[in-house]
Amino acid sequence: MSADVQLDQVWIRFGDFVAARDVNIHIQEGEFFSFLGPSGCGKTTLLRAVSGFSEPSEGRVLIGGRDMAGIGPNKRPTALIFQNLALFPLMTVWENIAFSLEVKGVGTKERRKKAEELLELIALPGQGEKMVSELSGGQKQRVAIARALAAEPDVLLLDEPLSALDLKLRQHMRTELRAIQQRVGITFIYITHDQGEALTMSDHVAVMSQGIIQQVGDGNTIYDQPETAFVASFVGENNLFKGKVSEISGDYALVDTSAGNIRARTSKGEERLSAGDEAYVFIRPESLKIANASKFDNRIGANIKQQEFEGSFWQVFFDVEGSDRDVKLSTVNDGSTLIHKVGDRVDLGFSADMAIATPAGELAAE
Amino acid sequence: MISDHIRKTFTILFVLGFFAYLFGPLIIMSLTAFNSSAFPRVTPWECFSVEWFQFLGKDAKLIEGLQNSIFIGIGVVVLAVPLGLSGALMLTQVKERVRPWYYTVTISPILVPGVVLGISTLLFWDRVGTMFGASRESVFYNGFFLTIIGQATFISAYTMLVFISRLQRFDRVQEEAALDLGATHVQTFRKILLPFLKPAIASAAVLAFLASFENYNTTVFTIVSESTLTTFLAAKVRHGINPSISALAVVIVALTLFGAALHEVFKRRELAAEKESARIAKGEQVTRKSKNRFITDPAVILIFLVTVAGLGTVYFAGTMGLDECKAAVKAEKQRVVQERVKKRQQKSMFQDAGRQALTPVPEGAGARSRPAPGTSNFQGLFSPDNLEGQAGTKETEQEQEKTRAAGTEQFQGIFAPQNLEEQSGASGEQQ
Repeated sequence: MSADVQLDQVWIRFGDFVAARDVNIHIQEGEFFSFLGPSGCGKTTLLRAVSGFSEPSEGRVLIGGRDMAGIGPNKRPTALIFQNLALFPLMTVWENIAFSLEVKGVGTKERRKKAEELLELIALPGQGEKMVSELSGGQKQRVAIARALAAEPDVLLLDEPLSALDLKLRQHMRTELRAIQQRVGITFIYITHDQGEALTMSDHVAVMSQGIIQQVGDGNTIYDQPETAFVASFVGENNLFKGKVSEISGDYALVDTSAGNIRARTSKGEERLSAGDEAYVFIRPESLKIANASKFDNRIGANIKQQEFEGSFWQVFFDVEGSDRDVKLSTVNDGSTLIHKVGDRVDLGFSADMAIATPAGELAAE
Repeated sequence: MISDHIRKTFTILFVLGFFAYLFGPLIIMSLTAFNSSAFPRVTPWECFSVEWFQFLGKDAKLIEGLQNSIFIGIGVVVLAVPLGLSGALMLTQVKERVRPWYYTVTISPILVPGVVLGISTLLFWDRVGTMFGASRESVFYNGFFLTIIGQATFISAYTMLVFISRLQRFDRVQEEAALDLGATHVQTFRKILLPFLKPAIASAAVLAFLASFENYNTTVFTIVSESTLTTFLAAKVRHGINPSISALAVVIVALTLFGAALHEVFKRRELAAEKESARIAKGEQVTRKSKNRFITDPAVILIFLVTVAGLGTVYFAGTMGLDECKAAVKAEKQRVVQERVKKRQQKSMFQDAGRQALTPVPEGAGARSRPAPGTSNFQGLFSPDNLEGQAGTKETEQEQEKTRAAGTEQFQGIFAPQNLEEQSGASGEQQ
C-alpha cells in the first residue's frame, strides 16, 4: 500500500504572491523524499497541496496516478504529521492513535487492538491509557507518527516534525523515522529546513527557494554537484569567489575573480555558463589546502586571520586580497600542531574538480 | 518619609474600608433577615428568627415568580448558548477585514439599554403577530416567549464573548489533523471542537441563566401579564417591604457563595491535575494520591462545615421558643416603657409641686376616667395604654394630645421606645 506522487506544473498563488512556481516533481513509490529550503520558500505550501488543505492555482497533483483535484484532505490517501504534532489533548494516547478508525465507525475493541499494535511499533507498549500531556517530547512525536500510520495512508507527509525537539532527541528520531519508513514501506514526504535531516534520511532531496525547485537529487549529488548558486550556498558550507567567465573548455571554466584566475567544474543545471558570463565559484572548506608544492590547479595568496580549534577539526580563517569575505578552511585534527601562525602569509591550493562554477544568482542568507 | 508601619496601617485600613464598602450592605441586609422585627433592620435587635424564610415559602406569588424566572432562565440558556456559539464560530470564519465590523454588530445589543430592547421586542412581535393575524392568546403576545426572545437578544452576546475567549485558545491545526485523519466536518466539530468548548458551554450556560434571572429592565416590558421574581419584587417594594426580601436575598447570596466555592474547588483540582501530568511528562515520580482527595480537600470541608452550621442554626432557631423570645421582648419593652413613665412621673411631680400652687389641673379629670392602679391622676396621662381613654374624654388638652399622638395611634408600634419619648416630650411641652 504505497503510491507515487506527481506534481505536474504546479503553481500556487496567494494574491500577487507566488508560493510555488511551475513545480514538476515525481516522487517514487516507497521512497523517502525531502523538500529542503529556508523558511518561507514554499515547501509547506506544496505539502498542503499534496495533503489537500490547499488546491494548486494551476497544474495537477497526482497520487497513485489519480488526479486529486476537488478531493478533500479527509478523502485523500495521505496522512500529515504537523509541525506542532496537533495531538488531541483531551483524548488518551490510544484514543489519539485510533482516531482515524473511530471516525470510520470501527468498534472500540478493534480500535483498542490496532492502537496497541501501533504502540508496539513505536516502542511505547502499554502506554495507551496515558493522557497526551503526560508524554515527553519524543514520545509525543512517536504517538503522532502512530496516529498517522493508523489511517493506513499511501503517503505519509511530515511537516518539520522534529524541529521542536532538542538536538540529541532529533538525531535519535532521524534514525527512528528512517527505520519506521523502511518497516512500513510507504512513501514519506518530508519537509525540513535542516539539511542534516534531509541528507541523512532521504533517498531524494528537492532544494527549494522562493517557490522554485532549485535541484532534485540524492544527498551526494546535491552536496557535490550543486546546480545553482543557491544550492551551493545553502547546502553545507562553501567559500565564494565572484568573477567573470573568461574561457570554457569542456566541463571546466576559467573564472577571472578578484583573487585571481580560478579553474573550476561547471555546474550541470539548465542554465549553462558561457564565456563572458557573471559566475560564482564555490570551494568547500574541506577541499582547501595550505599549499607549498605546486601540485594544485589553483593557488590563492592569503593571510591567516584566525584559527579555531573544534576538537576533531581545525577551522582556519583567511583574508584574501580583493575579497571582502573571509575564506574558511577546515582540516582534520590528526594530532600534529599547525605549523602556521596568525598573520602568516600562505598559498591556498585546490583542484579544479573540487571547485564548482555556477551562474551568478540568488544566494542563501547567511 | 512615611515609615513602613504607617504605610502598612493605611493599607490595612484601606482594604478594610474597601471590603466594608463592598460587602457592608450585603452583611447588614443578611442580618435583617434574621431579626424578628417587622421592618428590615438590625437595631434594635429583637429576636433571632427564621420566620421570614418561612414567610417566603408561604408567598404563593413569589414562588410563582421564582418558577417563572427559572423557566425563562432555562429557555434563555437553550436559546442563547447555541446562538452565542454560532456567533463566535462565525467570527473565526469571516475575513479579517470584516471581523471588527462583525464583532461590533454582534456585540451591540449589550450596549443598547435593556428598556429599549424590551420595548422593541414587544413592538416587533406585535407587528409580526398582526401580520399573521394572530390572536392575543397566540405566542406573539405570550409573556414567556417574548421575555425569552427579548433577553436572548443581548444575553447571546454575553455567551458569544465567553466562546470567543475560549476559541482564541483553540489550536485550529487540530481540526486539520482530524480532517486529515479522515473525519468529516461534522465529526471534527463533534469530536474535537465541542469537547474543547465544554467548559465554555458550561460557563456560558451559567452566565446566561444568571443574566436572565436577575434581569428587570427588559423583562418588565416583555413579561406582559405574567411575573418573574424581579418584577414581583419590584412590585412588592412599591407596597412596602418586610424582611422576607432580605431572607430571599440571603438565600440567593448563600447559593451564589456555595456555587462560587464549588467552582473554585473544581478549578483547583483541574489545575493540580494539569500540574501533575506535566510533572509526569518530565519523568518525575508522582505518587497518585490526589485522585481520592476530594473528601479531604480543605475547601470541601469548609463548605461542608458552613452548610452544617447554617442548617444547624436554622434548625435551632426553629425549635427554640421564638414565641417565648418575642413575649420576652414585648415584656421588656413594656418594662422600659414603665420605667420611663416612672422617671417622667417623678420629674413631673417635682414640677407640679410649683405649678399646682398657681392653677388647678384639669388633666386630672381625664386621667380619672381610667386610672392606672397605684398611680396618681397625673401620672396615668403618660401611660400609652391610657392615651385612647384620655382622648375619649374630649377635654381640650386631651384633644390636643390626641392629634399629636394620631400618627402612632394606628399601629401597635406604640411600644417602640421612640414613640413614647415623642409623646412624653409632647406632654411635657404642653404643661
